[in-house]
Amino acid sequence: MTKHDRSIPPIGQREPVLRLQEVDKTFNGGIVALRRLSLTVNQGDFISLLGPSGCGKSTALRLIAGLMRPSLGRILWEGGQGSDDLGVVFQEPTLMPWATVAQNVYLPFRLRGKSYASVKDQIAESLALVGLEKFANSYPRELSGGMKMRVSIARALVTNPRLILMDEPFAALDEITRQKLNDDLLALKANMGATVIFVTHSVFESVFLSDRILVMAARPGRIVKEIVVDAPYPRGLDWRTSPEYARIARETSDTLTSTLRPEEIH
Amino acid sequence: MAVVEDTTGKAVNESGAGPMFDAEEERFARAQRIESIAKWVLPIFVISLTIWLWDRVVVWNEIPHYILPGPGLVVQTLIEDRVTLGWSLLVTLQITFMALAVAIIGGVGLAVLFAQSRFAEMSFSPFAVILQVTPIVSIAPLIFIYVESRLVGLLLCAWIVAFFPILANTTLGLKSADHNLRDLMTIYKATRWQRLRYLQLPSALPYFLGGLRIAGGLALIGAVVAEYVAGTGGIGSGLAFRILEAGYRLNIPRMFAALLLIALTGVVIFATTSLISHLALRKWHESAVKRE
Ligand SMILES: Nc1ncnc2c1ncn2[C@@H]1O[C@H](COP(=O)(O)OP(=O)(O)OP(=O)(O)O)[C@@H](O)[C@H]1O
Ligand SMILES: [Mg+2]
Repeated sequence: MTKHDRSIPPIGQREPVLRLQEVDKTFNGGIVALRRLSLTVNQGDFISLLGPSGCGKSTALRLIAGLMRPSLGRILWEGGQGSDDLGVVFQEPTLMPWATVAQNVYLPFRLRGKSYASVKDQIAESLALVGLEKFANSYPRELSGGMKMRVSIARALVTNPRLILMDEPFAALDEITRQKLNDDLLALKANMGATVIFVTHSVFESVFLSDRILVMAARPGRIVKEIVVDAPYPRGLDWRTSPEYARIARETSDTLTSTLRPEEIH
Repeated sequence: MAVVEDTTGKAVNESGAGPMFDAEEERFARAQRIESIAKWVLPIFVISLTIWLWDRVVVWNEIPHYILPGPGLVVQTLIEDRVTLGWSLLVTLQITFMALAVAIIGGVGLAVLFAQSRFAEMSFSPFAVILQVTPIVSIAPLIFIYVESRLVGLLLCAWIVAFFPILANTTLGLKSADHNLRDLMTIYKATRWQRLRYLQLPSALPYFLGGLRIAGGLALIGAVVAEYVAGTGGIGSGLAFRILEAGYRLNIPRMFAALLLIALTGVVIFATTSLISHLALRKWHESAVKRE
């Protein structure tokens, strides 16, 4: 993370990073997880994928991460995919329990054959960014759930990737920790100028964090609407309590409800 | 801590805060102290009592030593025959540890091969199971017919018994790496070797160590059983041979002395493998971590 030269232009003037073209994903059992998903991810976007359970959010992320191939359609990286392009945060912290925090964050570099000494500073910097510099030599089991998640984020950030994928990273955390991590995540993103795709169930989280909300519907999984959140970053308590925030949350919530079939609304 | 009565008659400590807390804590601490002492004292007491009873039974009933020797005589024999028994112990130990070493190399090696190639697993795992389920006493005679060297024959027997738990456990361990971590390896384009080295082997370590604890005891059993089957004769005879030999000569005290050595060896092997396991896992694995 030595270079922080990714300033983010306003929406509409950003360079594309990744394109999904008419992507279908059908599982073996004949379940259509995604149908005709088209999406352009631009540099600096903070995209939220918002939708009910089973609408294919995780499937979309796994396709982008290259963990599965689409049944139809294409996923194109602008300028080809490099080895440093991706950072991923799962719903669970997914740390190696036998390795210290610093060793966990070192993993992406280690897999690229870099020595620990040569990336020591980057690891320290990444841990400092998530506020865990004092815990470099702790083992994951000695950390709280929120701290583990921070380590997971530090690991995703450490290579300064072009695109960060996050699959409901804070779903298992309590409301206070979650808000704190939301704030921190925005600070990190402003700092690095990274591009983020963030999966969530929470309308409020998506409105708070992102500048593009993609509302999805299930059976078959598809994007029903894109809501642009034009509020400037940095966002904080002012944004969380503004009328604009409330309006967009309302709009998003209505869109989400309208995608549910009558029997799914309680 | 000194406890004073206040005017209302409630017990409070001198600082005035938190009445009864110290009493509670003290009771808890005392219970823990008692437990940690009892952990050692109780088994020692029971074993001592058993030995004492054994001695008394022999004395009271005037049992002749060629039927049941008393504990004193067994220890005396152990000291008198220390050279013979010591050499035999070395032989048994040598076979046990060589077999265990080969079992570790073979078991882990085969497990890694299985983890790398499903076809290898399909082809060879039935063999491993057949070897395991066939009682060693029934294979051993054949082994001693086909294998010239007695040492190699003994080693082979002990190895057959010891290697399966290591193979089975390590195979399971290599496969039980966390799914998300595997995905992470894929995302970062880890090579097969890196995946093995940084994910699968560490995940398998607790399983392997569990297998090792079983295999250590089994290697000893294998070595002893094989020697019974191999019977008398040949150079370098182990403890089992001494027991057989002493049996023919009705030297019962020596049988007991050799038996004692075998039992002690087994205990030491178990304690050592448990210690290794604890040291290797104490930092991170649930089984070894001390919780507060
Ligand atoms: N490996 C798989 N095999 C078969 N079907 C699958 C598989 N993975 C997902 N599905 C199906 O695809 C659909 C979309 O699943 P996905 O996990 O992407 O949903 P999601 O939006 O992430 O849901 P949630 O919010 O609950 O995590 C679901 O109907 C699911 O049953
Ligand atoms: Mg999901």
